[in-house]
Amino acid sequence: MLLEVRDLHVEFRTRDGVAKAVNGVNYSVDEGETLAVLGESGSGKSVTAQAVMGILDTPPGKITGGEILFRGKDLLKFKEDERRKVRGAEMAMIFQDALSSLNPVLSVGDQLGEMFIVHRGMSRKDARTKAVELMDRVRIPGAAQRVRDYPHQFSGGMRQRIMIAMALALEPALIIADEPTTALDVTVQAQVMDLLAELQRELHMGLILITHDLGVVADVADKIAVMYAGRIVESAPVHDIYKAPAHPYTRGLLDSIPRLDQKGQELYAIKGLPPNLMHIPPGCAFNPRCPMAQDVCRTDEPELYEVDQHRGSACHFWRECLNG
Amino acid sequence: MPEQPFEPERAIAGTGMGGPMDLATSEAETLEKTPGGPEGTGPSGKPHSLWSDAWRDLRRNPVFIISALVILFLVVISLWPSLIASGNPLKCDLAKAQEGSQPGHPFGYDGQGCDVYTRTVYGTRTSVTVGVLATLGVAIFGSVLGGLAGFFGGVWDSILSRLTDIFFAIPVVLGGLVLLSVVTSNTVWPVIGFMVLLGWPQISRIARGSVITAKQNDYVQAARALGASNSRLLLRHITPNAVAPVIVVATIALGTYISLEATLSYLGVGLKPPTVSWGIDISAASQYIRNAPHMLLWPAGALAITVLAFIMLGDAVRDALDPKLR
Amino acid sequence: MGRYVIRRLLQMIPVFIGATLLIFLMVNVMGDPIAGLCGERQCDPATAAQLKREFGLDKPVWQQYLTYMGNVFTGDFGTAFTGQKVTELMSTAFPVTIRLTVVAIVFEVVIGITLGVLTGLKRGRPIDTTVLLLTLVVISVPTFVTGLLLQLLLGVEWGWIKPSVSPEATFSELIVPGLVLASVSLAYVTRLTRTSIAENRRSDYVRTAVAKGLPRHRVIIRHLLRNSLIPVVTFIGTDIGALMGGAIVTERIFNIHGVGYQLYQGIVRQNTQTVVGFVTVLVLVFLIANLLVDLLYAVLDPRIRYA
Repeated sequence: MLLEVRDLHVEFRTRDGVAKAVNGVNYSVDEGETLAVLGESGSGKSVTAQAVMGILDTPPGKITGGEILFRGKDLLKFKEDERRKVRGAEMAMIFQDALSSLNPVLSVGDQLGEMFIVHRGMSRKDARTKAVELMDRVRIPGAAQRVRDYPHQFSGGMRQRIMIAMALALEPALIIADEPTTALDVTVQAQVMDLLAELQRELHMGLILITHDLGVVADVADKIAVMYAGRIVESAPVHDIYKAPAHPYTRGLLDSIPRLDQKGQELYAIKGLPPNLMHIPPGCAFNPRCPMAQDVCRTDEPELYEVDQHRGSACHFWRECLNG
Repeated sequence: MPEQPFEPERAIAGTGMGGPMDLATSEAETLEKTPGGPEGTGPSGKPHSLWSDAWRDLRRNPVFIISALVILFLVVISLWPSLIASGNPLKCDLAKAQEGSQPGHPFGYDGQGCDVYTRTVYGTRTSVTVGVLATLGVAIFGSVLGGLAGFFGGVWDSILSRLTDIFFAIPVVLGGLVLLSVVTSNTVWPVIGFMVLLGWPQISRIARGSVITAKQNDYVQAARALGASNSRLLLRHITPNAVAPVIVVATIALGTYISLEATLSYLGVGLKPPTVSWGIDISAASQYIRNAPHMLLWPAGALAITVLAFIMLGDAVRDALDPKLR
Repeated sequence: MGRYVIRRLLQMIPVFIGATLLIFLMVNVMGDPIAGLCGERQCDPATAAQLKREFGLDKPVWQQYLTYMGNVFTGDFGTAFTGQKVTELMSTAFPVTIRLTVVAIVFEVVIGITLGVLTGLKRGRPIDTTVLLLTLVVISVPTFVTGLLLQLLLGVEWGWIKPSVSPEATFSELIVPGLVLASVSLAYVTRLTRTSIAENRRSDYVRTAVAKGLPRHRVIIRHLLRNSLIPVVTFIGTDIGALMGGAIVTERIFNIHGVGYQLYQGIVRQNTQTVVGFVTVLVLVFLIANLLVDLLYAVLDPRIRYA
């Protein structure tokens, strides 16, 4: 197994209290596999990814428990120096807003070439050549001329491609894409996702795709993990979830997607708001908003019940939910 | 990094007195760049305006409390110096010149035999008055000009920009030396007038910038679409939201103006006797530095504490009004 | 980029004209240009009229200004009332002040930026609070007070330096005066750098740099610093104006025979030619410094170049 996250707990200590951002998350990704992590803002999906990469802001964030096994070794036990070598070379991350995530005062070529200079000890000239190659690979036209340009001189879609190029520069085994297409136009989204999928196949990489957009997920993912309030509430192979969700939250998300055959009817929305991470409701965190909530939901926190060999649902009433 | 078009001219905001204003300018500009108005609702549902939140933060800030108390003390003894100093700052006894600390005269005597303690206390009135009046003048004049230029734009704006550039090209102390040296009056007004003359461009630039930012807000467009007149727009919608950076810079500016007055007096072109000023006293004391340092140290200490108090106040106000620290 | 330079140069011209005209007016119209010539007393009317004609002061002001500017462009700044050419005074005074200013700028940049980076990275820790407090105190104490105090302490009490600087004004003599001159600006550079670094530390591109597995020093120097120093560089440029003012004060305290000294003498003796001449050059220097800073800004921040 390429990556295994076991019972991860992350907290943020602030002036106003402690926010429990990640509360016992378990998921795994294998080589060539794509895991989609779904959830609203505040669900903990990005924080988990940052913890895996080791780029959490450590005050105020703090990993308070769990293991992150990369190729069987627990990254949390690595020294920072060893961890740094893994970053970028064996696992890489793509961020949502390419304009702010790229250094505005360095040329694109410099930022791409840096990977080779630092991790592979190449010379500047060789690194520059590699940078052009990378830009070609992600289909940026006129790469040889544009390699000297600055991020603000590219369009949104091309900037995201540059981020992708930077991430796979050293052909890492794992790529984490944190909402890579959220900031893009719909048509550009499709292009970027296609590129990502193609490169993943080519390099046989593991891909963790973090998103809140169910539409994007259906094409690309092998399996899905749905997160809520820092916990995984449902995990399943992708088609199973769309066919029949086993958790009221997932059902709510699916129901909220507007459909052409719903013309004339009111759009469904999950009532209420995501919980304040400093005061997560007791029992099942989703209970205040759940249409199926019973008394037991307010007192007992559901574990991830086994729905079948590859599916799990953290709902006391997953059977009822499955059957509609 | 901010997404707005960069104007290098905006980044250049020197008064020639340099530092404090430029720093305050750049920090005040970050205040302007927050989108949306200062009103909002906190999680408890109660209205949280920028001002009520800022006041709440200020109340809890020890720096603010200390500096506000010190300033309060300074203002009180400016108005009523006889509260803590019973003597007359102008009545001097040459026979006692340069003598050190004695009972009844804790700070000793200066080169003319004047009581240093009394002069230091009375000097507060001068410094605080000059600082406050200069700041008021600069703030009012600068905000009106800059605000109107920012609001109406066009030709007036260009003219104002050229004007501010010209005034900025003259470093303040230099200009003071040149201009004030030909002035013979010994009241405070020429000095105050000069500071307003060279100081208004700084505030006008801030005011212009913050009015332009406020103007672009959606609620202003909405009000305009509803038929609000220009004056109503300006008074009710733009000013409350544009005024914060001006307040921050003005408060810090107060401290620097007090410092500037002392510097000009030290150079001999600022206030002149019989006005009692720390700058004059320090200047006179500089030749006796070897034998009677107390003549220098007390007024210098008072000056430093006063300027420090105002700058600390300005710092605290800026921190309270800075939305980025929320 | 070239167009940007030309645009800025053209903008400079009306400003230069405006500023020098302002100075010229201030000196010649507000004061009495020949007041110093007849010694302590007022000149008698006949001599006054003759002197006025001699110095071209009977012509309308705008004409005087044009004549003056015309002369300036040929390098003739006129003659001081002492008989020396103003350019001669400048040639002895400017090198001294330049040395002083260079020392000050070196202090300002090296100490200011280093302290700023240190405290920006270690925000909230004891060193940060200490430095912040120190900068606040330094800012509040006017340059002349700092100068007098250091002169008292280092020069008189402890004898580490000579209280006055010799007319040659070598670099080593200018170290303490340079530090005094730099003090307030140094404090500002520290604070500005600190704020800039603290803000940029949490920015997305720094996060990306860390995610790329770059070593810490590379992240700080190549990514964080290059972005954070942009406002600082701009500030240092505009601060030149403050340094000029401070130089006058510092030169007076330490008796340095530089531009400030000459200017001060010129004012006290009402030598208008000297005053106007020196101030004109200083304004020009200030404008050029600002222009250079603008260009430097464009070099450092590519987003400006293509605006």
